[in-house]
Amino acid sequence: MIELTTTSPLHAFPGGIHPPERKAPANSTPTRRLPLADKLYVSLRQHSGPAAELCVSVGETVKKGQALSKPGVDNGLPVHAPTSGVITAITDHPLNHPSGLTGPTVCIDVDHRDEWVQREPLDNLSALSRREILNYLQTMGIAGLGGAGFPTARKIAGAQGIDVLIINGVECEPYIAADDRLMREQAQGILRGCEILQELTAAKQVVIAIEDNKPEAIAAMTAALSADNSTFILRVIPTRYPSGGEKQLIQVLTGLQVPANQLPADIGVLVHNVGTAFAIAKAIDAGEPLLERVVTVTGETVAEPCTAWVPIGTPVGHVLQSCGFQAEPQQRVIIGGPMMGYTIPSLDVPVTKTTNCILAPSAKELRPADEEMACIRCGACEQVCPASLLPQQLQWLAKAKDYDGLKQHHLADCIECGACAYVCPSEIPLVYYYRQAKAQIREQLIEQQKSEIARQRFEARQARLEREKEERLEKHRKAAEARKAAQAARAESNEDDPVQAALARVKARKAAQEANADAPATDDKKDQVAAAVARAKARKAEREAAAQQAEKNGEDS
Amino acid sequence: MSFFIAPSPHHHQKRTTTTIMRLVLLAMVPGVLAQLYFFGWGIFWQLIIAGSTAVVAEMLCLSARNRSPIRGIQDYSALVTAALLAVSIPPLAPWWVIVIGTVFAIVVVKHLFGGIGHNIFNPAMAAYVLLLISFPVQMTSSLPPVTLAGETTNFIESLRLIVFQFTSDGYSVNQVRAVATGQLLDAVVMATPLDQIKTDLAQGMTLSESLRNPIFGAFAGHGWLWVNVAYLFGGLVLLQQRVIQWQIPGALLGTLALATIIGSVVAPDTLPGLNIHWFSGGTMLAAFFIATDPVSAATSNRGKLIYAALIGLLIYLIRSFGGYPDAIAFAVLLANLCVPVIDQYTRPRAYGDVRGGQ
Repeated sequence: MIELTTTSPLHAFPGGIHPPERKAPANSTPTRRLPLADKLYVSLRQHSGPAAELCVSVGETVKKGQALSKPGVDNGLPVHAPTSGVITAITDHPLNHPSGLTGPTVCIDVDHRDEWVQREPLDNLSALSRREILNYLQTMGIAGLGGAGFPTARKIAGAQGIDVLIINGVECEPYIAADDRLMREQAQGILRGCEILQELTAAKQVVIAIEDNKPEAIAAMTAALSADNSTFILRVIPTRYPSGGEKQLIQVLTGLQVPANQLPADIGVLVHNVGTAFAIAKAIDAGEPLLERVVTVTGETVAEPCTAWVPIGTPVGHVLQSCGFQAEPQQRVIIGGPMMGYTIPSLDVPVTKTTNCILAPSAKELRPADEEMACIRCGACEQVCPASLLPQQLQWLAKAKDYDGLKQHHLADCIECGACAYVCPSEIPLVYYYRQAKAQIREQLIEQQKSEIARQRFEARQARLEREKEERLEKHRKAAEARKAAQAARAESNEDDPVQAALARVKARKAAQEANADAPATDDKKDQVAAAVARAKARKAEREAAAQQAEKNGEDS
Repeated sequence: MSFFIAPSPHHHQKRTTTTIMRLVLLAMVPGVLAQLYFFGWGIFWQLIIAGSTAVVAEMLCLSARNRSPIRGIQDYSALVTAALLAVSIPPLAPWWVIVIGTVFAIVVVKHLFGGIGHNIFNPAMAAYVLLLISFPVQMTSSLPPVTLAGETTNFIESLRLIVFQFTSDGYSVNQVRAVATGQLLDAVVMATPLDQIKTDLAQGMTLSESLRNPIFGAFAGHGWLWVNVAYLFGGLVLLQQRVIQWQIPGALLGTLALATIIGSVVAPDTLPGLNIHWFSGGTMLAAFFIATDPVSAATSNRGKLIYAALIGLLIYLIRSFGGYPDAIAFAVLLANLCVPVIDQYTRPRAYGDVRGGQ
C-alpha cells in the first residue's frame, strides 16, 4: 500500500541528463488559436493498432464532433470531424509517423462555419456504471495525450482500486511547453478530469507531479487545488530528463520500480497525463470528443514560437506557416522534442492526437549529428541510462546482431529516451541501433511464430499420413485374416473348393506332361532318321544296280 | 520540398572524444610544468619527440587500415598516449627509447588490437613496461631535482643529450647526473625516492635511516611532491569538468592509503608511509590520468571501483615486495587484464529486473 504526502521523500532514478530546456519563448505567450486550415486530413489510425472502421462516405457533409469512424475492437479508437465541412476523399495520405508511410485518411474541405453536432454531455455521473462511462470515453476518442496515445478507457479498465493516481505534468523534454501552458490556463479543467479519473479508478490518492522548471504552472495548479480535497497533493520534482517517463516518474514519487513485464497498476499506480485529464473533463462535462490538442510550435526557424490549440488533422505545414516558418537548407522538422521526436520528410502530414510539439530548429541551435566515431568505452552512456542498462554493450551486441545477448542485456527495457546518445562523445546514434535491433527481434519473433506454425502443420500432416498408412495396412491385414478364416471354415465343412480342384487339375496335367517328357523321344527321332537314310541308301543302291544292269545289257547286245 | 531526416535524439551535448582528449592534455600541463621546473628541459624534448612519432605512427596505421588519417588523428588520442609515455620516462633518456616506446604503443598495443576503443591494455603503460624490461639502464637514469642539484641542463644541452647522449662539452648523461649531485665519483647514486628506499632497505637500512637521504626533503621527496601535487590539481580539474568520475582516482588512492596504513602499523621500519606512497613516484599521474583511460578500464561504476582498487593494491604490493621501485605500469596492465571479468560481474541491475530484489 503506497501512501504519499507532500513531504514524503522524493527518490532519484538512475542516470538522467540536463539538456538545455529552451521552453521559452514558446511557453511565454498564451495558447493561441491559429486560423483554421482549408483542408483537414484525419488519419483513421492515430496510434498503433488496427485502423478504426469508417462510418462516413465521400461527399457527405459532416459537422464538428461527428464521428468519422466507430470505436473498433482492441485498441481501436474512433476519430471525429474536428470542424464542419464536406468529405472530399477517403484515401491514403502520408501519416504522421516515423515510418513515413501512408494510411487511410478522411480529407475534409473545411466550410469555416464550425458547426457542432448535438453534444451530449454526461450529466449525472453517479447514476452511470463505470463501464458505461468508460464506453463513453471510448466513443469520445480519448487517448493518452502525453505519449503513445494509448486509449484512455482501456488504460483505466485495467486498473481499479489502485493506491495512487499520478497526474503527469512533468513535461521533461526540452522545447515542449504544451502541458506547461495547459496547466497555467486550464488548471480547473485538469483538476475536474483528475476527479473523474479518481472516481473511475477508485484511487485513494491523486498526486500531480510537475518539474520545478515550471513555477507558473505550479502556482496555477496550487491555486486551483481546493483545500477540501485532501486526497489530492501536488509534488514538485527536480528537473531532470527523463523524469516524465512513466516508469521514471513512478520511481521518483514512490521509490518503486515497475517489475519487468508488468504494468504500473500491478504495483498500485496509474499514470495519466494532464492533457488527458483535461480531455476527459471536456468530454464528460461538455460532450466534446477529442478534436484538438495543444501543440508547441517552436525552433529558431519559426518567427513566432508559441503553443496553440490545433484541430486534429491540420497539416503540419499549415501550423508552421501560421507561425512564420522560414525553412533553411537541410531543414529538419521534428514531431515531438529534440530527444525522442522524429523527423518528417514532408509538411503534408497531419497533426494527430499525440503531436505535442512541432520543432523546426536551425542547424545552429540543434547541430546535426557528426559522423559516428569509434566507441571509446568511456561509459558516459551507462552513467545516464535511466533504466540502468549498459548502452555501449547493447550497441556492440546490436551491431553483431547477437539477439540472445541483447535479450540478456534487457534491450526490451530501453525506453529510447536518447540520454545515452546525447552524451556519447563518439556521437554514436545509439537509439537508432537499438530501434533497429528491436525491430529485427520482433521480426525474428514473427518468423519464429510462422515457422512454428509451419512446423506444427507439417508434423500434423506427417502424423495424418502415418495414421492413414497404418489404417490402410490394418484394413488389408483384417481382410487377409477374414479370407483365411473363411477358407478354414470351408475346409472344415468339406465343401469342394473350386480353387483347390482347379489347382489339382493343373497339377495332374503337369504331372502327365512330365511323364511324357520322360519317354526317350530323342532315340525315336534318331531311328527315324536312320531309317530314312537307310531308305535313301537302298533307293540309291537299286538305281546303281539298274544302271549297271543296263550297261551290261548294252555291252551284251 | 523534402526535409532532412535524422534519427533521434536530435540534440547532442557535443562533448566529443576530441574535446575530452584535449581537456586531458590541458590538465596535464601543471604536472608537466612542475616536471620541467624540477627536472629540466628534457621532458619538453621527450614530449616533442613522442608527439611527432605518435602522429606519424597513428597516421600510417590508419592509412594501412583504410581509415582516414586526417579524421583519425583529430581525436587527439595518440597525443595523449605519447604525452603519458613521455612524462613517465627519465627526462634525458636517449631519443630512440621514446621513439621505440611510442611506436610500440601506437602500432602494436593500439592498432594491432583494432585501433581506438579496442585495445585491451593501456598503450602508454604497455610501452613503458616494454622499455623498462628492454632498456633497464636508460629507463632508470633519472635526474635529481633542481632543488638539490642547483641547476639543470639548459634547453639546447638537454636536446643534445637526448639526441647525441653528450653535451657540447662532451659530458655524458651519467656525468651530467653525477655533476648535478656533486658526486662525480659515484655516478649512479641519484635515484628517485622510491628507488632510494628500495636500495637502502636492500642494504639493511631501516626506513627512517633511508628517509634521511637529502632527496626526500621534508615530506615525500624533493620535486616529486610538487609534481604529484600538480598532477593532483590537474586531475581535480578533470573531475570538476566531468571528464573523469571520482570512482577510479578515489578507489585507487583509497586502497593505496588503506594498504599503506595497515603496512605502516605492521612494519613501520620497512614499509613507507602515505606521504611517500601518495606523493612520490607516479601515483597522482596514475590515479587521475592513466588508470582513468576509458578504453582499458572497467565501465560500470562498481566495476571502476574494483578495477581501481585492484590497481591501488597492486601498486602497494609491487612497491613494497616486488623487484621494481615503482609499479604503476605493471599494476595498470594487470588490472587491464581483469577488466572483461570485472565488467561481466558488475553489470548493473536493469530497471524493473526483479531478480535483484525490489
